Amino acid sequence: MLPAEIEKIFRDETGRALATLIRLVGDFDLAEDALQEAFAAALERWPSADVPSNPRAWLVNVARNKAIDRIRRQISFRAKEAELTHEALLDAAILPEEDSAALDDDMLRLIFTCCHPSFAAEVQVALTLRTVCGLSTAQVARAFLVNEEAMGQRLVRAKQKIRLAGIPYEVPERDALGLRLRGVLAVIYLVFTEGYVATSGEALMRPDLAREAIRLARLLDALMPGRREVKGLLALMLLHDARRAGRQTKGGDIVLLEEQDRTLWDRAQITEGLKLVEEALQLPGRAESYAVQAAIAALHARAPNFHDTDWKQIAGLYEVLLRISPSPVIELNHAAAVSMVDGPARALDLIDALQARGGLDGYELLPAVRADLLRRLGRHQAAREAYLAATAATQLEPLRRLYARRLAELDVES
Amino acid sequence: MQYLLMIYRSEAELFKMNDAERQKMTADYGTFTQSIIQSGHFKAGDGLQPSTTATTVRVREGKVLTTDGPFAETREQLGGYYLVEAKDLDAAIAIAARIPGAKNGSVEVRPIMIYSPELVQARSGRP
Repeated sequence: MLPAEIEKIFRDETGRALATLIRLVGDFDLAEDALQEAFAAALERWPSADVPSNPRAWLVNVARNKAIDRIRRQISFRAKEAELTHEALLDAAILPEEDSAALDDDMLRLIFTCCHPSFAAEVQVALTLRTVCGLSTAQVARAFLVNEEAMGQRLVRAKQKIRLAGIPYEVPERDALGLRLRGVLAVIYLVFTEGYVATSGEALMRPDLAREAIRLARLLDALMPGRREVKGLLALMLLHDARRAGRQTKGGDIVLLEEQDRTLWDRAQITEGLKLVEEALQLPGRAESYAVQAAIAALHARAPNFHDTDWKQIAGLYEVLLRISPSPVIELNHAAAVSMVDGPARALDLIDALQARGGLDGYELLPAVRADLLRRLGRHQAAREAYLAATAATQLEPLRRLYARRLAELDVES
Repeated sequence: MQYLLMIYRSEAELFKMNDAERQKMTADYGTFTQSIIQSGHFKAGDGLQPSTTATTVRVREGKVLTTDGPFAETREQLGGYYLVEAKDLDAAIAIAARIPGAKNGSVEVRPIMIYSPELVQARSGRP
């Protein structure tokens, strides 16, 4: 087997192998170190011999034995009390064959632990990318645009907190599950949105992060089938991500939805997304935010072009969202949809009224949306000012170039 | 595990309370304390006199220095604590959320250090 193929197995199996190991040895760091040793053993053995039929089981077994060795070595020169604690641990580590349901539970335990609400949101994201997705510390550091050492320290502190603060390695009880699941989904969506429109930097999109988010949601949908919010989020991300190839030029410039070549959209991914939206909407319960957002994305995906999009229904769905999960982003999107139904003047009224209430303070996309509405109303001078404000408000180069383009067009028109 | 639940609240708000509100708060704390004694979580707990009664002590170059008041000026002040036994952080958070003061102030949940360096080291998996 080629080293690249072995690397791929490691990448695919890290999360699940680690999830089971943490339960077996009762410690994050010990499990991680032991798994690294097992990877090293595999790199030595697999290229020349047959790869085991179940690589994950092999890795877990080897890692478990490495962990037990390590504990034994420690016990031999440690105090009696440590010995007592670890006897129980060794017993737990010697386990018979397990069914796949138990292993699925391990993966869920790992996800819920990494997304524990006692961690700051960015720590939840970092832990999830590192342990559940199996990204290296360097890769996680790149995702956060911080250096590897700083990220390493952040991860060490987080794992320390798991151990010292007694964060349980458990799937939450039924009455807490809904709330905790929302937290997990928020983490996944945070990973996706950073991949879909980066906060800053040269590149508009970071498809690696978007792919990780989709992979996580797929996993969650398989582990917790029949949850509307999970299906809704997966559908939402698939439908957005399906437009990726159409969203920028080869030179890295933004192509807005109205100008996108829809033949570039990933039809297979759209089909999968549409099917999931249907499933999510058919499950019983009240309107759920991710499912409604996915339904909006589905209307865009189905439309033959920008103008023949069902804007009326989209505006209506944003009104549902404003009821169930109001936010400045939803307000702005609602106004943009209204501009397609009732015209830009009505949308501008909505935004100005909202701004007067202070509902959009410090929201960086506000001037850009205003600028577009003013441009369409032919109010060139006001539009120009708004584009300048929009440029000052963003750190993302492709957005700056988009606004510069719009400003140049305004100069030509006036 | 044991956790210290530290209750912070605004003393300014507290001083504005009328008698009926004060009585209600005292009764609420009584009910809560009884409930965690009965459930076996309670190890210790007390209310504190206001931060205006505090003295902060430092020793610098062998000299004892005292200052009037708490260490830091903040919007919320430490007003009391509970020491509880809980199986994990989720259980401790659930108890903290039931403390009457959590509704208008905040509760900091801190695990108590297990003072056995060997155990901590062994568990971290490092020699």
